[in-house]
Amino acid sequence: MSMYLPAEFIVQVDYSRCRSCRRCVAECGFGTLSYQNDRVIADHKKCAACQRCVSTCPEGAITVIHNPLAYKKNYHWTPEHIKNLHKQAATGGKLLTGGGNDKVYKSYFDHMVLDACQVTNPSIDPLREPMELRTYLGSKPDSLSFTCLENGEYKLETEMSPQVRLEVPIVFAAMSFGAISLNAHKALAMAAKECGILYNTGEGGLHKELYAYGDRTIVQVASGRFGVNHEYLNQGAVVEIKCGQGAKPGIGGHLPGEKVNQEVSQTRMIPVGSDAISPAPHHDIYSIEDLSQLIYAIKEATNYEKPVCVKIAAVHNVAAIASGIARAGADIIFLDGFRGGTGAAPTIIRDNLGIPIELALAAVDERLRREGIRNKVSIIAAGGIRSSGDMAKAIALGADAVAIGTAALIAMGCRLCQKCYTGNCSWGIATQRPELTRRLNPEKAAECLTNMIRGWSLELKEILGSLGVNAVESLRGSRERLRGVGLSDTELDILGIKPAGR
Amino acid sequence: MRIDAKGMHYRELNKIIRQAVKDGTKELVLDNINGQRYIGTGINEKVRIIVNGVPGNDLAAFMNGPEIVVNGNGQDGIGNTMNDGSVVIHGGAGDVIGYAMRGGRIFIKGNVGYRVGIHMKEYKDQVPCIVVGGSTGDFLGEYMAGGILVVLGLNRRQGEPLTGDYLGTGMHGGVIYLRGEVEKYKLGKEVNIFELDDDDKKKLKPLIEEYCAYFDCDLEEILNAPFYKLLPVSSRPYGRLYAY
Repeated sequence: MSMYLPAEFIVQVDYSRCRSCRRCVAECGFGTLSYQNDRVIADHKKCAACQRCVSTCPEGAITVIHNPLAYKKNYHWTPEHIKNLHKQAATGGKLLTGGGNDKVYKSYFDHMVLDACQVTNPSIDPLREPMELRTYLGSKPDSLSFTCLENGEYKLETEMSPQVRLEVPIVFAAMSFGAISLNAHKALAMAAKECGILYNTGEGGLHKELYAYGDRTIVQVASGRFGVNHEYLNQGAVVEIKCGQGAKPGIGGHLPGEKVNQEVSQTRMIPVGSDAISPAPHHDIYSIEDLSQLIYAIKEATNYEKPVCVKIAAVHNVAAIASGIARAGADIIFLDGFRGGTGAAPTIIRDNLGIPIELALAAVDERLRREGIRNKVSIIAAGGIRSSGDMAKAIALGADAVAIGTAALIAMGCRLCQKCYTGNCSWGIATQRPELTRRLNPEKAAECLTNMIRGWSLELKEILGSLGVNAVESLRGSRERLRGVGLSDTELDILGIKPAGR
Repeated sequence: MRIDAKGMHYRELNKIIRQAVKDGTKELVLDNINGQRYIGTGINEKVRIIVNGVPGNDLAAFMNGPEIVVNGNGQDGIGNTMNDGSVVIHGGAGDVIGYAMRGGRIFIKGNVGYRVGIHMKEYKDQVPCIVVGGSTGDFLGEYMAGGILVVLGLNRRQGEPLTGDYLGTGMHGGVIYLRGEVEKYKLGKEVNIFELDDDDKKKLKPLIEEYCAYFDCDLEEILNAPFYKLLPVSSRPYGRLYAY
């Protein structure tokens, strides 16, 4: 039946402008375009609307539009449901997708607004006055003790847990080499170094070429333990235990053997062409006590010199789980909301499991404060952070920093066609095909990422200035500076904010 | 170097061990060990560590080189994500032995618990091995992607099974050698039972010889019983799962 499935998009070539240079044919990673009988022909069914041909056509002769196909109007059985059912009838498989949850759920970021100073309290002009965006990730002590030296100076007596400095409260989210190309990884690493932030290896191991960026690297330990050895653990600035991912809470990962080429094989430390399967749980973690055991195994293996982060998906009981993680000895908790992206996940999981990051973050921050252990962990919030506005709101809700994955990919050229799982990314990001990966120039992509981080930094400074504060630390957890618009009493209660006007 | 670990917290003990290794000590004897975790964890040198007593969980986790001999029983998580080296346990051991182990060898004289050898994998010349002298619990070799698991089933009580259930569930690489038969219902659907060929015998014999050398057993007697092997029926058990 799938052969009768109509195309989702239509590629329109304006033949009056097309000069038959055939660049589009070469540029399409999905094999949509071909040159036959002296003209460019499109196999519309293959088009992913990644816009590579549109963007690179020197004549601007290509347009991609939605197939204006008429289904009988039906609010319940949408064209997407019908299409998916036909696909499954033909293959008997799980529907796969990439990117984050794209369904119509309420975005709480879009229902919160920030305060600003007017008349009675002065705002600050960040162009003239110093504005502090620096933050430190790591466990903070309950109190500090000092001794006074003979020369009158004070010396810190408290033994501090390891801290990692961020010049901007942003880290790049975990995206593995395998899911994305080495050039994309290099770009993230270079940008992280340039901006004084961190990038994350994901669970694909660390390529030797990226060892130079070790002090800007979060090395991830996931259930498959791919590429994890003593050297790897000690290369990074932070070690992250991945227990969950917002896009696919509760399920594991699967890098198909087709994508395990020579280089991916080396960093994952598995044979070429073998399936890289990450079990759903870590089979050495079935409880908070087990988690604690792994946290301290990593601390022992890294001589207590690196903060250990635990990444979980935001789920119903997230506050209690986060409390357990803090008590288990983690230095950082990474909360990933249900809008978080992925290179590949079953669509049904991505679109139906997990909760929004805004609510999860508010619940976790509130719980940890109530229990008096908020200082024991830093919180990184992720899962659909689109702008510095989202970032500022997340920080006001209690995040120490935010993580951005999808936004970073978009800065590198991604058009969110959500076909990452096919490995055919025409932009050279989510692919291992050499003719595609070489399209992404790591230096140029790093520059784009750096520009984006710079833009967000300038905007965050403006927001802080408007709020009349001069440090990101002053915004953290400051929910009094947030108001809700169009939210129910229960939602306001969970978010810990007042409605606008009050 | 000899360390009396009586009443010592693991953090202090392991700090002393790491410093000793750094200072060039080649052999450490740890006396009065009683549950201290992470012994040998993350050590990169080819040192020898003799453990007198029962070490705690995650013995030899992330280990990369040392040779550990335990004169006593082991607990859970031995050789977690281990890269190289060897562990010899003169007793039984608990659950989750050799999780995601990539290299090195673990020899256990007696029985082991659940989830042993889960997600073992091999890479180039790194082929991890676990030899269990007694019987095992459920989920042996689950998700196994490489390496060698051997279960000898020695000294079993009357009626005590060789392995538990869910044997090799999700296995897609490596091999499990069993000295004796297991009921078919115990197998994961991704594996099947095969006879040994000459290559298998070549692989197996030195491991059993090593086991006999450590634990003073009769090689002939062990080899005299029938061995079988478990192999994945497909290297791609997760091939046809998706609708693209």
